[in-house]
Amino acid sequence: MTEIHNGNGSLNGKGLALVPRAEGKQTLKDFKSDQEVRWCPGCGDYAILAAVQSFLPELGLKRENIVFVSGIGCSSRFPYYLNTYGIHSIHGRAPAIATGLAASRPDLSVWVITGDGDSLSIGGNHLIHALRRNVNLNILLFNNRIYGLTKGQYSPTSEVGKITKSTPMGSLDKPFNPISLALGSEASFVARTIDSDRKHLQGVLREATAHQGASLVEIYQNCNIFNDNAFEALKDPATRDDITVKLEHGQPIVFGTGDNEKAVRLSPTGGVEVVRRADIADSEILVHDAHNPDPSVAFALSRLDDPAFEHVPIGIFRSVDRPAYDQLLNEQVDTAIATKGPGSLAGLLHSGDTWQIN
Amino acid sequence: MKQVQQLDRVIIRFAGDSGDGIQLTGGRFASETARFGNDLATFPDFPAEIRAPAGTLPGVSSFQLHFADHDILTPGDAPDVLVALNPAALRANLTELPRGARIIVDTFEFTTRNLAKAGYPANPLEDGSLDGYAVHALDLTSLTVGAVQAYGLSRKDAARAKNMFALGLLSWLFGRPVTATVEFLERKFASRIDVRDANIAAFRAGWNFGETTEDFAVSYQVRTAPLPAGRYRNISGNVALAYGLIAASRRSGLPLFLGAYPITPASDILHELSRHKSFGVRTFQAEDEIAGVGASLGASYGGALGVTVTSGPGVALKAETIGLGVAVELPLVVVDVQRAGPSTGMPTKTEQADLLMALFGRNGESPLPVVAAKSPSDCFDAALEAARIALKYRTPVLLLSDGYLANGSEPWRIPHINELPDISVEFAAPQVDDFLPFSRDPDTLARPWAVPGTPGLEHRIGGIEKADGTGNISYDPDNHERMVRLRQAKIDGIDVPDLAVDDPDGDARVLVLGWGSTYGPIAAAVRRVRKAGGKVAQAHLRHLNPFPANTGDVLRAYDRVLVPELNLGQLALLLRGRYLVDAISYNRVRGLPFKAEELATVIEEVIAS
Repeated sequence: MTEIHNGNGSLNGKGLALVPRAEGKQTLKDFKSDQEVRWCPGCGDYAILAAVQSFLPELGLKRENIVFVSGIGCSSRFPYYLNTYGIHSIHGRAPAIATGLAASRPDLSVWVITGDGDSLSIGGNHLIHALRRNVNLNILLFNNRIYGLTKGQYSPTSEVGKITKSTPMGSLDKPFNPISLALGSEASFVARTIDSDRKHLQGVLREATAHQGASLVEIYQNCNIFNDNAFEALKDPATRDDITVKLEHGQPIVFGTGDNEKAVRLSPTGGVEVVRRADIADSEILVHDAHNPDPSVAFALSRLDDPAFEHVPIGIFRSVDRPAYDQLLNEQVDTAIATKGPGSLAGLLHSGDTWQIN
Repeated sequence: MKQVQQLDRVIIRFAGDSGDGIQLTGGRFASETARFGNDLATFPDFPAEIRAPAGTLPGVSSFQLHFADHDILTPGDAPDVLVALNPAALRANLTELPRGARIIVDTFEFTTRNLAKAGYPANPLEDGSLDGYAVHALDLTSLTVGAVQAYGLSRKDAARAKNMFALGLLSWLFGRPVTATVEFLERKFASRIDVRDANIAAFRAGWNFGETTEDFAVSYQVRTAPLPAGRYRNISGNVALAYGLIAASRRSGLPLFLGAYPITPASDILHELSRHKSFGVRTFQAEDEIAGVGASLGASYGGALGVTVTSGPGVALKAETIGLGVAVELPLVVVDVQRAGPSTGMPTKTEQADLLMALFGRNGESPLPVVAAKSPSDCFDAALEAARIALKYRTPVLLLSDGYLANGSEPWRIPHINELPDISVEFAAPQVDDFLPFSRDPDTLARPWAVPGTPGLEHRIGGIEKADGTGNISYDPDNHERMVRLRQAKIDGIDVPDLAVDDPDGDARVLVLGWGSTYGPIAAAVRRVRKAGGKVAQAHLRHLNPFPANTGDVLRAYDRVLVPELNLGQLALLLRGRYLVDAISYNRVRGLPFKAEELATVIEEVIAS
C-alpha cells in the first residue's frame, strides 16, 4: 500500500488492502475504453473522466479487479468510457447492486457513479443505507443541480424557485445538501470537490480510495446546457478565493485574501460561523478535525453555504475508522466455518428428527 | 385397558387464540406422527396479526394435520377431530366439521364474555346446537393448572401450558410416541426450568387423563404407511426451498448470496439461510425489495449464485431489476412465495395469482423461465431446477411457491447427495483481446459469464440495448430486433423435460392439468374419481415457461382439459393462447387450498358433460 498517500483524510489506508496489485506500471491509456465519449461538448463530466482516468494508474490495482457501477443519467454513462469492468444499471439502484458485488467480492475495488437525481431522488434510499452500512464503495456523486438526460427539470439539489420546464413558476421544494445528508446517514467518509480543480479532485479520490468502507465524494459538476455556471463563483478567479473554504485536516479553517481574509470559528449559538480573520485571535479559529468521531462540527461546516452560495467548504468533511459491512459479513462467514466446520450438505439434510423406513 | 380401534386415516385440527401456541402444538403432533411412520400432510392457517384481539374470530389460529397408513396428498378436507381452545375457535371452524366429528373444547374459556366476543348468543355447549357431534367438554385450563401446581408458576403462566395438556391428550388418543416431545420441551425451555417442568407435566397429565377418564372409551391406531425405503424427515416448503438453494450452491460450486427484504410468507427462507453461513451463505437483509434483488444481481455479476426471496408485492417492486437481469443476461433466482392479492391482499393466505406477473410483469419483451413447486418437499427440487436453468442459460428465473407450500409440511425421503444434479458452470476464461461479452453458446444461446477479476475480459454491460456480440450500446433497428428475438429464442430453447401424463388405463377422455401447489388436491381428487370408476388423466406442470415441448400434443389428445387454479384462470389463458385449446377453468380464490372432494365433484361433472 506504499503508493497510497495516507495523509489528510485517511485513518486506515485499508480500503484496497484486499485488491490485487498490477505487476507493471499503468498509464492513463490503460483505462480508456474504445468507446466514443458522448457527453455534450463542454460538459463537466469530461473533466471528471479525465481526472479519474489519470488517477487510476496511481492506485496500481489490477485493472480487471476494478468495477464501476452506475445508475441512470448523464453521469451514469461513465463506466462505458473506462476499460475496467462496469455495469450501467437502472435508475437509482447502483449502490444496491454495488453492495451485493462488494459484499461477495472483497478482492474488487468497487466504484459507484451517480448524479444528484439518481442518488438523491429515485435512489435516495439505497444511498443512505449504503452509507450507514459502510459498504466498501467509492461513491462519486456528480452534482449539477439539474436533470440533464431528461432535458432540464429541477433536481433535488436545485435551489428553491428554480425555473425549469417542469417548474415554470419556480420550484417549491427545499433542496438536499448532499454533505449534510451523508453525515446524517452515518457516513464514515464524506468529501466535496469540484470538476474544474483536477488536483483537488484527485487528492480527494486518493483519500477516498484509501478509506475502508463507503466514501461519498460530491463533485460539483457543471451542466453547460441546462444549468450553466451553477458553480461559476467557485471557478471565477475574481470570486473563488473569497468563497471557497478549503478543509484540510489539522489546519485552521481560513480563506479569502488580503482584507477579505476570513476564518471559521465555533459559534456561541452552536454550529460554526464565518468571521473576519482580523477580528479574532488565532486561538479562536476552528482547526479542522476530519477524524472527530462526533460528526456535529462536520455537519455544521456542511451548512456554511446554506442557504446562500456564499461560503462553500470543499475537501474532506469526515473520515473516521469504522468496520466495513462486507468485512464484517465475511468475518461472520469465517467464524461460522471456524466454529461449526465447513457445512456438510448431507448433515444439513439429515438435521432434526429423522427416521428410517425399510 | 381401553379398547383400541384401527383407522386408516385421521384429520385433526387444533384451533385456538393466536397466542395459545397452536402452531407449536400442531407442529409437535406432526413430528410425533412422522416419527411414528404415518404419511402426513399439514396445513397451518393463522392471522397476519401477531396478536389479534384475544378471543375474537379474527384472532383464531389453526393447524390441520392429516395422517394415514397409506400415502396421502393433502392435509385433508374436513377434520375428524377439532380441538377448540376457546369459543371463537369453535365458531370459526364448526362449519367445516362433518356431523359426527369429535370436538374437544376447553370449557373454562366458555364464559359469557368470551361467548359474546365470538358472537355466540347462547352457550353452544348447552343449547343443543352441537348435538350431532361427539363433544368432549373438558375444563382443560383447570386440569392444566392443577397438574402444574407444584412448579410455582403464576396462574396465568400455568394456564399457558394447556396446549401441552391438549397435545398429551391427543397423543394418547392416537397412540403417538411421546419421547421426542419431552426432549423438545427440555430443549425449548432449557433456560426456564419451572416453565420447562410445567409444560412437560402438563403434556404427561394430558396423556394420563386420556388413559384414565371415562370420557374417552376408545383410543385409535393408525398403522405406519408403506413408503419407499429410505431415511425420512418432516419438512416445510420454506425450509425445503432454503435447503434446495444451499444444495444448488454446493452442486454448482458457487457461493450463495441472498438479498432479501422481510415479507410474509417468504421471510422464513431468509431466516433459514441466515443460519447456514458455514456453507459460505451470505445473507443480506436489504433496505427494500429493490435493493434485495439489486444486491443479488450484483453478487451474480461477481460470480455468486444470486438469489432473492419475496412474495407478490415484492416481485412487483423488483420488476425493473429483473428486467435488467434479462438485458444483461446474468443468472438470478427470484423466489415468489405467492399470497392472496392484489396489493397487500391477505398475507398469510395462499393463492396462485402471480403466474402472469411472473411471465409478463416487466416492460418490453423480457422473457424469463418460470418454475413452480408442487408440494412442500418438492420446493427442494424446484429450487435446484431453478438454479440449474439460471446458471446454464444466464437468466433470471422466477421460482413460484405459495403460502400453502411454504408453511405446510410432509415427510420427505432425504436424497443422497450423489443423486442431486451437477449444475456446475464455467466462467469465461482469461484472454488477450477481442472478448465478445454478447457472443453466444450455439447450443444454449447463453452468453459468457465473465466475472470481474478475469484479465482481458474487461467489459461493460447495462440495460441499454447492446450490439449483438460486442455488447456495445446500439440503437440500430435491425440489431434490436435481432437481440429481442435472440433473448426470446434462448428462453424458448431451455431444456425442459416432457410433460408426464398419469393415465393408468390409457383410455381417459378428460385430462386435469394443474401447476404448483394444487398438485396434492388434484391428485387426491383424481384418485377418488378413479376409485368410483371414473376415467381421468392427470398432468402437472413444473415448467410454466417454456412449456414442455409435448404440451400441445398432450392437450390435444383429450376431449376435454380441466384446469383448476387458485386464480381466475391464468394458466388457462396461456394454454388457450398458445395451443388454441378450449380449456375448462375451475377457479377458487378464497385464500385456501382446494379440497379434494370439491375437485372430485368438478372432475366427475366434466366427465359426465
